[in-house]
Amino acid sequence: MEKEHLYQYIVGIADNNLVLGQRLGELCGHGPSLETDIALTNIALDLFGQTRSYYQYAAQLSAQHQTEDDVAFLRKEREYRNVLLVEQPNTHFGHVIARQFLFDVFHYLFLEQLLHSKDDTLAAIAAKAIKEVSYHKRFSSDWVKRLGDGTEESHQKMQEGISNLWRYTNELFEMTAYENEAVKAGIGIALSELKQNYYKEVNHILEEATLSVPESPYFQKGGKEGIHTEHMGYLLADLQYMQRTYPNMNW
Amino acid sequence: MSDKEIKNLEAIFEARIDRDEKIEPKDWMPEKYRQTHIRQISQHAHSEIVGMLPEGNWITRAPSLRRKAALLAKVQDEAGHGLYLYSAAETLGISRNELYEQLHSGKAKYSSIFNYPTISWADIGAIGWLVDGAAIINQVALCTTSFGPYARAMVRICKEESFHQRQGYEIMLTLCKGTAEQKAMAQDALNRWWWPSLMMFGPRDEESPHTAQSMKWKLKRKTNDELRQQFVDQTIPQADILGITVPDPNLKWNEAKGQYDFGEIDWDEFWQVVKGHGPCNKERMEARVGAWEEGTWVRDAAMVYAEKQANKKVAQAS
Repeated sequence: MEKEHLYQYIVGIADNNLVLGQRLGELCGHGPSLETDIALTNIALDLFGQTRSYYQYAAQLSAQHQTEDDVAFLRKEREYRNVLLVEQPNTHFGHVIARQFLFDVFHYLFLEQLLHSKDDTLAAIAAKAIKEVSYHKRFSSDWVKRLGDGTEESHQKMQEGISNLWRYTNELFEMTAYENEAVKAGIGIALSELKQNYYKEVNHILEEATLSVPESPYFQKGGKEGIHTEHMGYLLADLQYMQRTYPNMNW
Repeated sequence: MSDKEIKNLEAIFEARIDRDEKIEPKDWMPEKYRQTHIRQISQHAHSEIVGMLPEGNWITRAPSLRRKAALLAKVQDEAGHGLYLYSAAETLGISRNELYEQLHSGKAKYSSIFNYPTISWADIGAIGWLVDGAAIINQVALCTTSFGPYARAMVRICKEESFHQRQGYEIMLTLCKGTAEQKAMAQDALNRWWWPSLMMFGPRDEESPHTAQSMKWKLKRKTNDELRQQFVDQTIPQADILGITVPDPNLKWNEAKGQYDFGEIDWDEFWQVVKGHGPCNKERMEARVGAWEEGTWVRDAAMVYAEKQANKKVAQAS
């Protein structure tokens, strides 16, 4: 696989972590309890840790991006290739948990396969990350159940989160050209093969949580091609603020 | 209990304090000792929790991934400190919810320093360096305090705080070794955080209403002014290494005393902020109360769910 294409493949994976971590970072200090605050911060820290490993690797492969921070901070919006799901705002705790849960189930299945990548660096990152993500998935699934099967209000809010974000789930399994190439090279993951297990697992937890599985057949996509929702520009404005205002400095 | 019995218990208690024995939650203690400790430990816990806000303000905008992760971890440590301290206060017979209630109603205080805004990245460095530096001086003195749970919490907290302080200083060092614009950012942060940091040690000794009793109970080991002096003496050489200067024209080395002389704190500003009229008092309380109120449905759901699960277990067992 060509270096530049491998770079694109890795960045596509890492952007999900970066953007979700950024969203969770906004919540720090504003959670519903100290315990949830600490747990969500922990998840954000894990995601940033993983992001750094991916970007450090990508930076080595890239002709223009020399450091992890160049990759993280100095691209244009169209060059970020995270799925739309992770950039959705922290509307309320039901949304936060729904976004986390819908991503974590995917993330775990993805890493399980990435463990077997022919690319040793990616396999090593996956080996470390999967332990962390197994905790993320437990945390978010438990909260889906707690809120779904808690009070009437929490049930309604949790359902709202799931229903609103459901339309972004299908994009998790969309394949880009780089991904197809990476699969051919034995490096990347054929996402469509994860789809069945994903919905099976998600539906199972939703059922346990007394929530209904949304039935809408309409899905949104675009993030993986760099076409984001209107929320993304603001997220990047915060993320890139220092690097854009004070270019070429060490921090 | 008769007056005589209480007097007797008080005498035993005072003797234990004099022998530097730790007082544990189940031991008898004078009511005033209990109340003073609830006040101080909860004030400390609230400071940790409110302190998450000014620093949290820069998590999304931290200038590098390394700094972002370090800042997140730091703010998370503060949440952890809040947890131990609330737990230590709970051993004295008050619940976390009651303590929150006191914070939200304005009855309980928290460190005034967190009512100042963080308006540049250098403020994150300055807070680590100065605010955590001042906090450590206060807290090291508390590691040997007479109340066991507080002293033990303090030992753990001090270790983490000293790590934060080094991290903050390292941010300042990086800025001061950077471009002129970065160094100016560092100087500006020092200008704004210096005096509020000195205020962290509280009023002058002669105006500190709780000092005498707190010294007697070994809740305090040194007076406010002694600790403030120690902070100045320790911090000025660090500013010299950075190549930036504290905003105090009266600061000078006193050879005879072997310490720095420094100017007078603006006590009007001190009292204004303590009384709730600092730059961010309103915002900080709104953020805390807002998080608490918006989180009510989540906490309620967790309680109801736990009850449902417990009932299911009972039903399965029978």
